Amino acid sequence: MTNQPQTQGRRHRHDPFRLHQPPNGQLRRDPAQRIAGGVAAGLAAWKGYNVTTVRIVFVLITVVTSGTGVALYVAAWLFLPAADQDASIAAKARNDSKGIALAVGLAVLLTVFLLVAGVFNDGWLAGWAWPQVFSVAGLTLIWRNAPEEEQASLKRMVEPLEAAAGGSSRGKLSVARIVLAGVLLIAGVTWLATDKKEIALLRPLGAVVLVIAAIVLLLGPWWLRIGRDLVEERQARVRLEERAEVASRVHDSVLQTLALIQRQAEDPQKVISLARVQERELRDVLFGGPGSRKEAEGSFASALRELQQDVESRYGVQVEMVTVGECMLTDRVDALVAAAREATVNAAKWSGVSVISLFAEVEGAGVEGAGGEGRVASVVVRDRGKGFDPSSVQPDRKGVAESIRGRMARFGGTAVITSEIGEGTKVTLTMPCP
Amino acid sequence: MTVPSQRTRPRVVLVDDHGLFRSGVRAELGRQFDLVGEADDVQPAIDLITGLVPDVVLLDVHMPGGGGQAVIEAIKPRFPDVRFLALSASDAPEDVIAVIRAGARGYVTKTISTGELADAIQRVADGDAVFSHRLAGFVLDAFSSASPEVKPSFDPELDQLTNREREVLRLIAQGYTYKEIAKELFISVKTVETHVSSVLRKLQLSTRHQLTRWAAERHL
Repeated sequence: MTNQPQTQGRRHRHDPFRLHQPPNGQLRRDPAQRIAGGVAAGLAAWKGYNVTTVRIVFVLITVVTSGTGVALYVAAWLFLPAADQDASIAAKARNDSKGIALAVGLAVLLTVFLLVAGVFNDGWLAGWAWPQVFSVAGLTLIWRNAPEEEQASLKRMVEPLEAAAGGSSRGKLSVARIVLAGVLLIAGVTWLATDKKEIALLRPLGAVVLVIAAIVLLLGPWWLRIGRDLVEERQARVRLEERAEVASRVHDSVLQTLALIQRQAEDPQKVISLARVQERELRDVLFGGPGSRKEAEGSFASALRELQQDVESRYGVQVEMVTVGECMLTDRVDALVAAAREATVNAAKWSGVSVISLFAEVEGAGVEGAGGEGRVASVVVRDRGKGFDPSSVQPDRKGVAESIRGRMARFGGTAVITSEIGEGTKVTLTMPCP
Repeated sequence: MTVPSQRTRPRVVLVDDHGLFRSGVRAELGRQFDLVGEADDVQPAIDLITGLVPDVVLLDVHMPGGGGQAVIEAIKPRFPDVRFLALSASDAPEDVIAVIRAGARGYVTKTISTGELADAIQRVADGDAVFSHRLAGFVLDAFSSASPEVKPSFDPELDQLTNREREVLRLIAQGYTYKEIAKELFISVKTVETHVSSVLRKLQLSTRHQLTRWAAERHL
């Protein structure tokens, strides 16, 4: 992938299963993580906050401002485009001339109806009339322009109303449930309305409990179903995403490399190095080289892996690396890695062989207990190449050897360089580590 | 200068699901070994090995029908003399450890050179163990992460490597051959082989919970 940066950008436009990772720095709703509309999740992703924190803040705002939070949320839902959509619901509604016509028509119809109704009884109906006209028109527009999945959610939200209206056929159990809920509700409301002095303090509490119980009984199963559907939906999305990720990775790396190999078939050295780079990349993906294991960012082993990849790609050699144990990068360990790099580059340049072995070990762990005093990190860089005579003065090599020895000595480590002509070179570096 | 006679040449069965790899090995090793059979999946391999009873089985760790581990587990109780050399392109530690603990005498990566592979097969045929440099690293890692809660086990000797074994493993991890190790440590090649076999035994028999946890930790 690293050698094909341009394909990386192109993929996002062509890939049918585009990942909805929000583009950096853009505020988008994230329907993948949503509980309601994905506004909180989008906000969290945008600023890098914890989703739960954002949600709690939303709820707090709603409670403190007695409901304004909900209005804010709905507005955000309308005006923020979802991560996988180009335009927000509001923006789409503005351009939806058919929908606007429909909304206006509905509004006119409702107005007429309300006017007629108002003539016959000028009671409470008139007070509700105008907000209703606007809501119906607005909801029509929203409905028409919401993404499909959200339409489905909206549909689910009105389901219990349908059920309460007795639309669909239900089992005996749900009939019993509705009846019981009705009884509880009536009891609660009646209790709330009665006015006995002796239980004045207790009354609202008990009544509220009854009403809540009724609501839970009535809507509980439906809430559960919505919750379950949400989870299922999310899981399906995750699976799809994983597949998309694998597909894109295979496309970006393996197919590209295979194409390159075919084109460079006459240059075996190139082909080998391409295959090697690809192998390592695939290995990292499959078995989680860097990142998994204990190999966190900024650790000894990850620094060495970087070294390995760098030297391999730059000098066309193979660095067979084995690491045992792990420690954090400190100034001293940094110096150790730098010296190891120097030694590896030397071997790549001068030894004349194409395989260099690099062995790193952190030992002496925790025997004395906490603190980890007395741990030592060591690196052995070895090649089976030409070798040199350490006693003979070779200016270019001496300088490098000094930079290895000098660096190690400055940080309190040691460096031993042994070499025999025709046998190869071995550089052993040790450094205390945390 | 003596050419090994037909009778002393180890009889080898090759089990790998990649036809390309099998034909490669056949072309390269056909002269040194008796390649008596090939199989491309677990059940055919079990049938073949049961019929032929070869000296060495070159066994791919990853196969569609259950992997090399299943083959070893089916054969080992009935034919304890058949020796297995595990081959893998993956190096995934938990697979390698699993196949070794099932009873393989050694493990090498598929990128190994022909000469080294021939050496490895011969060594396994002779009853010795073969560790790739990566496996040596794994073992050092598994046995060295001294954690305070290592359970006292039935046989504490099995749960620890001796200093000498550690040294040998370190050199293997650095890419040394047995001959080079012998020279470096001033011991005989036979002694090196003994140390490696002893490490293999510990790896197979140790109940050290560390080892299982260590393998599990690396499981993705």
